[in-house]
Amino acid sequence: MFSVMGGTMKAPDFDYLRPATLDAAIALLASSDGDAMPLAGGQSLMPMMNFRVASPSALIDLADLAELRGISRDGSSIRIGAMTRYAELAASAEVMAALPLFGMALPHIAHDAIRNRGTLGGTIALGDPAAEMPALALALGAKIELAGPDGTRVIDADEFYLGYYETARAPDELIVAIHYPVALSDHRFGFHELTQRHGDYALAGAVVARTAQGHRVAFFGVADRPLRLPALEQALNTNPDVQSALHHLSAIAFTGDVKASAATRQRLAAVALTRALQGMTQ
Amino acid sequence: MTGPTHIFDKPNRYIGQSAPRADAARLLQGRGRYVDDVSLPRMVHASFVRSPHAHARITAIDTTAAKSCPGVVAIYTGADLAQHVTPYVGVLTHLAGLRSAPQHPLALDVARWQGEPVVMVIATSRALAEDACEHVMVDYDPLPATLDAETALSADAPLIHPEFGSNLAWERVVNAGNIDAAFATPGVKIVEREFRFGRHTGVTLESRGTVCDFDPSEEYLTVYYSGQAPHMMQVIFSKHLGLPEENIRVISNDVGGSFGIKIHTYGDEIATAAAAKLLRRPVKFIADRFESFVTDIHARDHVVRARMGVTEAGTIVGIDFDDLTGIGPFSMYPRTSAIECNQVLNLTGAPYVLENYRARGRVVFQNKTLMCQYRAVGHPIAMAICDGLLEDAARLIGMDPVDLRLRNLMADDSYPRASASGMKLDDLSHQAALRKLTQIMDYDTLRADQAEARKRGVYRGIGFVSMVEVTNPSPMFYGIGGAPIASQDGATVRLDAGGALHVSSSITEQGQGTNAILAQIAAGVFGVDLNRVKVTTGDTATTPYGGGTWASRGAGIGGEAMLQAAQALKDQVLEVAAVMLQTTPDKLDIQNGNVTDPDGTKRMTLADLARTVYYRGNELPSDLKPELIATRHYRVTDFPFVFTNGAMAAQVEVDIETGFVKVLHFWAVEDCGRVINPMLVDEQIRGGVVQGIGGALYEECHYSPEGQMLNATMADYMVPMAAEMPDITVAHIETPTKTSVLGAKGAGEAGTGGAPAAILNAVNDALAPLGASLWQMPMTPERVLTALDAAAG
Ligand SMILES: Cc1cc2nc3c(=O)[nH]c(=O)nc-3n(C[C@H](O)[C@H](O)[C@H](O)COP(=O)(O)OP(=O)(O)OC[C@H]3O[C@@H](n4cnc5c(N)ncnc54)[C@H](O)[C@@H]3O)c2cc1C
Repeated sequence: MFSVMGGTMKAPDFDYLRPATLDAAIALLASSDGDAMPLAGGQSLMPMMNFRVASPSALIDLADLAELRGISRDGSSIRIGAMTRYAELAASAEVMAALPLFGMALPHIAHDAIRNRGTLGGTIALGDPAAEMPALALALGAKIELAGPDGTRVIDADEFYLGYYETARAPDELIVAIHYPVALSDHRFGFHELTQRHGDYALAGAVVARTAQGHRVAFFGVADRPLRLPALEQALNTNPDVQSALHHLSAIAFTGDVKASAATRQRLAAVALTRALQGMTQ
Repeated sequence: MTGPTHIFDKPNRYIGQSAPRADAARLLQGRGRYVDDVSLPRMVHASFVRSPHAHARITAIDTTAAKSCPGVVAIYTGADLAQHVTPYVGVLTHLAGLRSAPQHPLALDVARWQGEPVVMVIATSRALAEDACEHVMVDYDPLPATLDAETALSADAPLIHPEFGSNLAWERVVNAGNIDAAFATPGVKIVEREFRFGRHTGVTLESRGTVCDFDPSEEYLTVYYSGQAPHMMQVIFSKHLGLPEENIRVISNDVGGSFGIKIHTYGDEIATAAAAKLLRRPVKFIADRFESFVTDIHARDHVVRARMGVTEAGTIVGIDFDDLTGIGPFSMYPRTSAIECNQVLNLTGAPYVLENYRARGRVVFQNKTLMCQYRAVGHPIAMAICDGLLEDAARLIGMDPVDLRLRNLMADDSYPRASASGMKLDDLSHQAALRKLTQIMDYDTLRADQAEARKRGVYRGIGFVSMVEVTNPSPMFYGIGGAPIASQDGATVRLDAGGALHVSSSITEQGQGTNAILAQIAAGVFGVDLNRVKVTTGDTATTPYGGGTWASRGAGIGGEAMLQAAQALKDQVLEVAAVMLQTTPDKLDIQNGNVTDPDGTKRMTLADLARTVYYRGNELPSDLKPELIATRHYRVTDFPFVFTNGAMAAQVEVDIETGFVKVLHFWAVEDCGRVINPMLVDEQIRGGVVQGIGGALYEECHYSPEGQMLNATMADYMVPMAAEMPDITVAHIETPTKTSVLGAKGAGEAGTGGAPAAILNAVNDALAPLGASLWQMPMTPERVLTALDAAAG
């Protein structure tokens, strides 16, 4: 939602840079004093520029960075390069086997054209509170690998989302890859998203991962960021009847907007969770 | 009117066939010629600074910084353009009492809605123009705004035009029979509801736009214009820019959808033309999505309190309602913003025998985007009021809604007759349409499925509508009130030297297949293969004079003109052929591009005939003066409108936990008279139904308390999308109108007019066992949940 001042169809002028290596990209970012922005699939960034809500002095295209590509499995963990597109994730037998939640969530993300260009790193970096992948990262306990001028660091997804489109990533850092624990045979997963139209951002969505350690439940589309409720997870661990856990939802500061009030969102979040649990993988 | 009916049963008649449209391949291959594809030498680009306030006094404008931005060619304020453009007022004399204030292309002292253009910046590219807009400084002194139509008439509401003393733009009362006495009759039961219809808009795939090119050597303005009524725009540009009409050429090449959006006077487009004249160079303006949402006309936005009386035995004794609608700060020029309310008053209950009818409509000003005529003007409101109450009444007296309709719909053999509001009606088939509908949908099976689903806790509903659609308007629609809007249309048919037809028409193509049906009519009536007809529309310099395409008038009016012109040319050609073949015209015919004997035996090709006429006239008798071109015009006489009718049904499933409504199937039986191209008519019906579903379930312009539109993006404003749309089964009844030889009525708006009522009824049918009902559109999840909560107590 933007307040209209005038016609906004064309982005303000910007430089386009296409570094060949991760180090070069980080150097460019660092030297721009936060004015430059990384460009991945452009499916969020380009509209923001055309709306003139983002006006970077330069775009640093990540397309040529080999370090940000590839899907590789290392024992109990799978590493997915930040520049991996949604369409590539869906086409990867390895991802589908190791991360059943991806197969459940991907069809809900936008439409084919957007999935052909949008990237995992882009959506993780953007931190849209209604996006699916950040919530998956929370439910799965993913780790986010960042590279910056001072080297590389790995941060838990739980520590990454700080507020409305606000993440723990520093402006001169890039997301290099996301690491997910591979599903074991006794893990069970559930996903449910409520949208009036297929491919829209969720009015409310819930992601559930059940392992020997218990439930991890992440919600999206409900508040200023994707989030987990440890008390609700604990309640589910002790009593599998979802009804007895739903009151914990009141801890969420639900978003209210033209599509649904905060009260309606709470109701829809309860339905999403209930249905996610009903539809758990067998 | 009588005519040569055999034209409908000739071998290559085309009329009635689903011929593929000739322009489909061109458009699919990306070779469309839309306004934004026009690029002229020395062309510059316009961008607008728009009011961020719903209501504000403009105290100062400083363009100094913007003028020195790169690429800037000129900057105009409202005061600058007021010297070159005369103001306009959206009133018509036949809408007695309607008032509106003078409007300027750019706001002068006061901005009256968020998005109103205030300053125009012209630069060498759109991007540079937008850059410079950010440096235009406008000081606003915000004024209290009137936003809610329901409080606009209260004594303390801020006045939008203080000179009027109130925010009332227009009021009309219709009174037939004696509603109070009818409702007081013993045994009559009353249902009463308050309906709310959300404000929504047309969302054309191609946004509004224009390229204006002024040639000072001839004082000649050429306007490339994405729109529906080139001749109307020619008059408007002429009148307000001070140029003779003949010095203005309006060209509408391909138009990517319009739905009534592109038929009005928009300040940004008028300003673009004025700038082209002042700068003496071409200026392009293309509205972006933001601009479209806050400046394209909006529609609906009605609050209606309505009652219906029905006897125990199922006779509807009357309808009584009060409609209040908000139209923004001005009545739109030149069609006015009172037409939608007027249609609601005219059309409510029109399918039914009603002895008693009372309706009041009030149209009020408010500080929101202007409201005006969008596809199915007034119809969704009129149909939802009557058929919503009808199904409510059916529940009250325990009668099936189909039975209640059949008892009250006008009999198919009872025409001509008038509706309770005084509309003249003829050639309608409500009873047959509803019967056919229940057959094709297999009504009894659906009711059984519904009962079975309820046992499983699944709430399905079936809802109907019986409807009329206003089509083929006569001069009584606009012309009578002083609008420069032609109600007649013309067609020209010319035989070229190679035996092909070149036809032109004043109706326009906006994607619905107008050009295709014109070709079918010309080819079929004259007697050539379809691929030998070339069609020109959308150009005031090369087509006959006429109204364009709106109010579902293209096929019925423009098509009849084409039929008459093709028949006239055929008569002329046969006269020449008879001389050449030494026989009489009545012993000849034209079939498949040849002059033939009546049985089809070939005598000569049309090319032979034309070449003789054009190249070797010396072979013809000197007193024979062949005319291988014919023009005819047509207007509807005797009736203000030619009504069509239809019956539609929706099957929905309501998720009572989430409030989500899923449309499972939709059926439409439409009687648009003679069907020229079944495929195109079916797609018009389907597209219309989809837009109707949009209004019923998804689309709404939301405003903040301060008057900011909150969802002016395609991400936040929900149009109906393919994935959610049900199968839409379409069937026809053909009752040709007697007002023309062609017999075609319109079909373009039926779906949009009827679908919302059917969806409303289906949702309420689903909610009925829970004691809940909902009378507000769009029927969003939250509203459904609220209705369920209210019923649960
Ligand atoms: C019509 C439409 C519908 C959509 N629906 C959905 C939906 O239902 N669910 C959903 O989740 N998304 C949806 N999206 C958004 C889509 O998924 C985006 O592609 C995604 O959010 C961003 O990915 P991207 O690769 O396009 O990133 P970009 O748009 O290129 O970048 C997004 C942001 O992330 C930054 N960035 C990108 N990559 C990196 C990196 N490696 N390191 C650091 N910063 C980086 C950019 O600087 C920018 O700020 C929709 C988009 C559209 C246009």
